[in-house]
Amino acid sequence: MSDMLRVEALDVGYGDFQALFDINLDVAQAETVSIIGANGAGKSTLLKAIVGLVPPKAGDIHFDGQSITSRPAHRRVADGIALVPEGRRIFPSLTVEENIVIGGDVGRSGPWTKRAVLEAFPLLGRLLKRSGEGLSGGERQTLAIARALMSNPRLLLLDEVSLGLAPIVVRQVYEAIPVIKANGTTVLIVEQDVNQALSVADRFYCLLEGRIALTGVPGEVSKEQITEAYFGMSTVTGDGD
Amino acid sequence: MVWVNAIVQGILLGGLYALFATGLSLAFGVMRFVNLAHGDMAILAAFMAFSLTNSLDINPLLTLLIVLPGAFIVGFVLQRLVFDRVVGVDPSFQIVATFGVGVIIQNALLEKYTADTRGLNVGRLETATIRLNDTIGIGWMPLITLMCAVAVLASLALFIRHTKLGRAFRATSDDPDAARLMGIDVRRVFAVAMALAITTVALAGVLLGVRGSFGPFSGPENLIFAFEAVVIGGLGSLWGTLAGGVTLGVAQLIGNQIDPQWGQLAGHIVFLAVLVTRPTGMFGKVALR
Amino acid sequence: MTDVKVSRGTVSSRVFAVLAAAAIVIMAFLPSWGEPATQRKMVELFTLLALAQMWNLLAGFGGVVSVGQQAFMGLGAYAMVSLVNVHGKDMYLSVPISAVIVAALAVPMGLVAFRLRGSYFAIGTWVLAEVVSKVIITVKSLGAGDGVSLKVSGYSVSSRQDLTYWLAMGTGVGSVLLAYVILRSRLGLQMQSIRDDEGGARGLGVNVYRVRFQIWVIAAFWTALAAAPYYLQQLRVQPVGTGGAFSVVQWTAPIIFIVVIGGIGTIEGPIIGAVIYYVLRNKFQDHQTVYLISMGAVALAVALWLQGGIWGTIRRWIGIDLFPVRRRVRTASGQAVAQTSTSAPP
Repeated sequence: MSDMLRVEALDVGYGDFQALFDINLDVAQAETVSIIGANGAGKSTLLKAIVGLVPPKAGDIHFDGQSITSRPAHRRVADGIALVPEGRRIFPSLTVEENIVIGGDVGRSGPWTKRAVLEAFPLLGRLLKRSGEGLSGGERQTLAIARALMSNPRLLLLDEVSLGLAPIVVRQVYEAIPVIKANGTTVLIVEQDVNQALSVADRFYCLLEGRIALTGVPGEVSKEQITEAYFGMSTVTGDGD
Repeated sequence: MVWVNAIVQGILLGGLYALFATGLSLAFGVMRFVNLAHGDMAILAAFMAFSLTNSLDINPLLTLLIVLPGAFIVGFVLQRLVFDRVVGVDPSFQIVATFGVGVIIQNALLEKYTADTRGLNVGRLETATIRLNDTIGIGWMPLITLMCAVAVLASLALFIRHTKLGRAFRATSDDPDAARLMGIDVRRVFAVAMALAITTVALAGVLLGVRGSFGPFSGPENLIFAFEAVVIGGLGSLWGTLAGGVTLGVAQLIGNQIDPQWGQLAGHIVFLAVLVTRPTGMFGKVALR
Repeated sequence: MTDVKVSRGTVSSRVFAVLAAAAIVIMAFLPSWGEPATQRKMVELFTLLALAQMWNLLAGFGGVVSVGQQAFMGLGAYAMVSLVNVHGKDMYLSVPISAVIVAALAVPMGLVAFRLRGSYFAIGTWVLAEVVSKVIITVKSLGAGDGVSLKVSGYSVSSRQDLTYWLAMGTGVGSVLLAYVILRSRLGLQMQSIRDDEGGARGLGVNVYRVRFQIWVIAAFWTALAAAPYYLQQLRVQPVGTGGAFSVVQWTAPIIFIVVIGGIGTIEGPIIGAVIYYVLRNKFQDHQTVYLISMGAVALAVALWLQGGIWGTIRRWIGIDLFPVRRRVRTASGQAVAQTSTSAPP
């Protein structure tokens, strides 16, 4: 029915360089949507624009019916958007426990409390007093997700959670998604790993060089169509270019 | 014995330097911001105390009740209205902007108060001393100053470690964008950090005024001492700031004992030596590069 | 690929070059058509111009903001005092020698200062200047804290005034030409690449540290050179206080204001800034404090809101370069393909 998130005609750039062109995207409440695309396609930039870390050059963003285009990032978090950023960005000066607690400092009520988060991610329980630095990749990713959940977001943005992690760890991380969804959270996932991305998504978008090249439902779109949209060319049939 | 006294006095002086250095360290730690007018703000506070002392006819230390809250507000507003624009990537304009503020303060003070040096008189407290023996005496004011420095540093350490805002400070210091993702209003964090920095340096300024004389152009000298204390003690460590201040104080007074002309120079030499041999300072976690 | 031509000169820059050459010739003959008072004023203006150009090379192009250039003014002045008073050398011969001495001293000073970066580097240069100043004050033969008079001999008053004027003009105009030549050179290209994108420059193999160090020494040399005519005119050198050789108020504050207000990162900027600063200062002769407060406020405003300064802003509207340090790429038919930028980062 009503969209949780609606992005209209969004243009985003860094200085002279334009990263996103005329992006139109919507995510319905409780949906899980994946954004796939090659390196540099603009996926992370899109998530940063949605959460407010990067200002758009043109276009609008609506969250739960309200325009948030000019709202600063920290207010969007208070409104209920949370981003698990690329590179995780755990605070090294804080302990694991403090990293979790600071996620909740924005003061939004909901099912995710420190106890709930530790129940969902038991491995963090052993690490509570450790400093934010010196954790393994998988531990950091789990912590980053736990931290984001502490703000009880209505819309959770996940940026490249599989990056740099061993496949087994990636699977463990993705096992958390159903738990998150069970609470009714709307999820927007950016992923380079196409299979993983499509396995959890209700719908997906594919970005190519800053534009939306394809959108659809995972089962209903062919592998060839996805490949073409991902790489920007037809699958090899033997013809030279 | 005179050497022991020099060391004792140096430690006491170090308390004052540590107090000067605290604000510099805090502002740099939280927002990578160095205020070249840091020393001038201390002198401004000293002159405010001077005016209040004369017009209200009270003990200068009582003026702190007005000067300190005032300093907090000034720091907060200054950050929001002026300094926020130069926090960030290129330090060149930060340097120019804060340098400009310093020149403005110095000359405004000169206009209002003339070039005469002033002092803040606290009556009997000024000379009250705890006599240890014939040569070594611990003045009450210097002792109070050192105690203030320790109290301020301890309070800051507790605040940063155990409060929600302190957590926000640490997070912002690590990664301002990630802090925003936690719902932290980074601009407000900056403003509070600067407010705290200016408040501590205002306290330092008033205590300086009690200890000795000051004039409109006394600011830069104290900026340099604050800076040297930070470098010697090491960045990223509040207690390093105390150690740095004390080391600087002791160096200066031992140098002074050798030859009065060499007092401050001895401090500079220790600073340069630390800079060349161990840029991270005594307790620093990260080099100033 | 169509043929392309890479050129640097523009119509406006060529016109300017002709006008500038004419102005220089006219100013060179000032002793014959001007008054002694004007001559004295021009010496001061040329000194400020030279200092400003050097600070601009360091800060605007090299990305190195120093608040301690007064160290080299003082060292230059006192090296000259030492050579002339203590060692009896000829006044004018001692000028280049003192500049070389100061450049040599700048090397260990730079080695220490460059252990810091950004704002801490700036304060570090200030500390170094303080140290140098305090050391000089202990030397009795250089007048200690009270200052010393230069022992003049061998020149008549008028020939001394003329020679000093031409020397000042040499350092002033020379500073502009020096900046221009450096920026058109390979070193200049490296400097600008560092300013635009330090990480990228490193990736291309530019030795950032060495480039900055070279500019540091060049600036020290020319600053000391500029100190000479000023103090040859004053005939008296004192370390601190009004007119002090190591004084921040006397030298550093004005040149920072001049460059920032005039337009940091451009050659034209310091020229404009120096003229404006100097003209206004003479107008506010009796209200120096108010003048400094106003200049400080303007410089602050520029640093906050109009970072290009006067020339930076003009250039953004009009797009003229009087000193062509950019390169234009044109096709054979004259169409513009690309143009490098020299604007300082926002």
